[in-house]
Amino acid sequence: MLPEAINRRTLLKTSLLAGGGLALEVFIPLPVRALAANGAAADAAPAPATLSVFVSIAPDGIVTIVSKNPEIGQGIKTSLPMMIADELDCEWSQVRIDQADADAKRYGPQVAGGSTATPTNWLPMRQAGAAARAMLVQAAAAQWNVSADEITTSKGRIYHATSGRSSSYGEVASKAAVLAAPDVSSLRLKNPEQFTIIGQSVVGIDSPKIVKGKPIFGIDTRLPGMLYAVYEVAPAQGGRLVSAGVEAARKSPGVRHVIPLTGNGDADQGLADGVAVLATNWWLANQARKRLAVKWDLAAAQGHTSEAYQEKAEAAFVAGIGEELRRDGDPTEHMANAARRIKARYQYPFIAHAPMEPQNCTAVYEGGKLEIWAPTQAPGGGLTMIQKSLGIGTDNITLHLTRMGGGFGRRLMNDFMVQAAAIAKAVPGTPIKLLWSREDDMRRDYYRPGGWHDFEAGIDANGKLSVFTDHFVTFQGSDGKAARAADMNLSMIPAGLVQHLRYGRSMLPTVVRTGPLRAPGSNALCFASQSFLDEVAVAAGTDLPALMLSMLEGERREIAPRDGRGPPFDTGRARDVIQKVLQTSDWPRKPQQAGRAKGFAFYFCHQGYFAEVVEASVTGATIAVHKVWVAGDVGSQIVNPMGAENQVKGAIIDGLAQALAGQEIGFVDGVVQQSNLHDFQLARIQSTPQIEIAWVKSDKPPTGLGEPALPPVIPALSNAIFVATGTRVRSLPVRLKSA
Amino acid sequence: MKYKLHINERVHEVEAPADMPLLWVLRDELGLVGTKFGCGAGLCGACTVHVNGAAQRSCQTPVGSLRNARITTIEHIGETPVGARLQEAWLKVDVMQCGYCQAGQIMSAAALLGHTPRPSLDQINSAMAGNVCRCACYNRIQTAIQMAAGMQEDPSHVA
Repeated sequence: MLPEAINRRTLLKTSLLAGGGLALEVFIPLPVRALAANGAAADAAPAPATLSVFVSIAPDGIVTIVSKNPEIGQGIKTSLPMMIADELDCEWSQVRIDQADADAKRYGPQVAGGSTATPTNWLPMRQAGAAARAMLVQAAAAQWNVSADEITTSKGRIYHATSGRSSSYGEVASKAAVLAAPDVSSLRLKNPEQFTIIGQSVVGIDSPKIVKGKPIFGIDTRLPGMLYAVYEVAPAQGGRLVSAGVEAARKSPGVRHVIPLTGNGDADQGLADGVAVLATNWWLANQARKRLAVKWDLAAAQGHTSEAYQEKAEAAFVAGIGEELRRDGDPTEHMANAARRIKARYQYPFIAHAPMEPQNCTAVYEGGKLEIWAPTQAPGGGLTMIQKSLGIGTDNITLHLTRMGGGFGRRLMNDFMVQAAAIAKAVPGTPIKLLWSREDDMRRDYYRPGGWHDFEAGIDANGKLSVFTDHFVTFQGSDGKAARAADMNLSMIPAGLVQHLRYGRSMLPTVVRTGPLRAPGSNALCFASQSFLDEVAVAAGTDLPALMLSMLEGERREIAPRDGRGPPFDTGRARDVIQKVLQTSDWPRKPQQAGRAKGFAFYFCHQGYFAEVVEASVTGATIAVHKVWVAGDVGSQIVNPMGAENQVKGAIIDGLAQALAGQEIGFVDGVVQQSNLHDFQLARIQSTPQIEIAWVKSDKPPTGLGEPALPPVIPALSNAIFVATGTRVRSLPVRLKSA
Repeated sequence: MKYKLHINERVHEVEAPADMPLLWVLRDELGLVGTKFGCGAGLCGACTVHVNGAAQRSCQTPVGSLRNARITTIEHIGETPVGARLQEAWLKVDVMQCGYCQAGQIMSAAALLGHTPRPSLDQINSAMAGNVCRCACYNRIQTAIQMAAGMQEDPSHVA
């Protein structure tokens, strides 16, 4: 939680629950910073700076909590209610959770992105629980005619020790509902040692439904009379529809409609041109689609080919920095005078998100009203897109949030939602479910952008890193700015830790849609910068953890981010996780087997501090990862250890797959060359390493875990490969030549 | 074509072309949506069902090939002792993150335990290699299968 939010005015509203009981709504002002904390929020509808929490307690003691954030597997539908329930001081078994619809006016930001939900909600959720508890206590005190100070609570019951009286929450809930709400500043929150639910391993709220195959995902939505839709778009990015031969498809079995749709020319943030095929069964619709005869204008994407990008990037390095973004001290002079200079170029490819549930959305349009069921990480952004592309006002849209079969950032973008809305609008009164094939999903992603870095570092006569420069070649969107998720992080380590520094940028225009992928920016920048710093450390006669620790020496200090975005970097927290992982991995002990070695890396992103060590072995061109040690600091409290550990392990394996599974998206004239999971591979069970996690609990409030564990594992791996083989990995995915 | 399919101990009548994959009969014709669509190419295992007790990718199984076959899906696997043990173990270690692939994972695991009641880690990995979990809950999948096989006690907390 960001402290400035606490002092602003929090409002409570109570009412009698239908059927008796207490309904409590808490309105909490949010700091503006929480709204703009990540790239996703920029695409979301402007949300009011108020967050509401709904809690109700029925006469039978059942506590119902409305979960406002989208659930993609990060566990937020379980962990936010845990915060409320703990301060309410009830039992977790009393709690039921309802998923909220999209309603920014009511709930504030509803985004699953940027690992922001935990820090944003940590205090408000607890305040809501504490407020409800205070009202129940007050109601019992009035009923028993005793002072509220003499009353205690435990596990959903209220006790008055002196008189021996007790009551369940349910029994006093209706009486509490007619009381005036308490002043938020009077609420006493628990000390961490009093927590009974926070910090316990709690099974995910939807898990019992998942193991039984209950319909809870977006793709499972079924409505009476619903038709199944596919949407054919141009094979190349930004292609326009010239003509559509639809007769053969229309005559195919099960087909009800074939509808060419003209988009609004904005394939990135609007409706792409395409042809919708609607049938009584999705497979029939997809079969019929093969019989479409569509002519596309693909001119916009001519020349947007991976090899051409590579050539342009190399030319940009020769031409020199296009734009200086950050300069500290005098890097030019100090580089010239350095006792030793190290230069290297790094690069990484475009990659896809490939969530298991392909993009889909169900919609029905009738009488000017649109109702949608969408697996989306950023509902607000989808509503804005529909309004802009189809002219349906957001007041006329009801958006139900479904559980998502993974997101990883893909579902922050809502192109599938605007397509479903457009198709539904073309067949008023008929519900439609749009579903993309895996091939659609692979070829219509908003990819993690590729990038190139030309690094140089200078070591002074004392063996100290004194100057560091990076020329970053990245992609430029149609608005002239860096493409989405393709910008430089001006605070990228070692900025702030080295006296003389330059970060510069050159940009290549692209028509390819780019977007945030789990730990956006960081997932690539960390690989490049921590791998290069390992080279610097070796050149300086030391190793990377020692180099990092030497830069973090001295008084614990906070370094403010250069561009004013995001939290400060705390040198003490960084030092602590590095020292922790050196200890848990027994860093000084080197593996004895030939071709087997350890590598280290550290990174700070999304408010989390992570240091990781990978032990890997190389046989010929084959790499095996045996063990990964993780030390992480995400604040003073792990909310749900069971969920937290799963997030970290998933992030580690995800990062390793980016490096080792050959993940790369290539383009020829804007046409994506990959199509399915055979040519874009994901991690599989047999390559799962042992992963050991150590939490470093600091004095800061808890922050999110969906992302920050991922970035360091990639350079920790590449640095291990260097020790094992003597070969530097300067390009992803890792491709070693057989010895 | 009209087909009588034996699914989850019940007979269902469907009308579909012979080459329609079982996946789409289950999901769109019968409303059994627990079986998931992931890749449509037999690469991810999300659509795994049992045909006569063997794990099979329903996206690669034409409905026309299923006359007289006994089909079991995730909606019914809990009725078998192995399926029930797996579901219980899955919850005990809370295997899942997003959960989308887990129906297929459980179906593959149930087929494995059907013919190999006490699998080694290598046997588990080999039987489960065709099932992708994008969230990478693989450590817990291994643990849950071992628990369901009675080879591992409740790990209380999975490290």
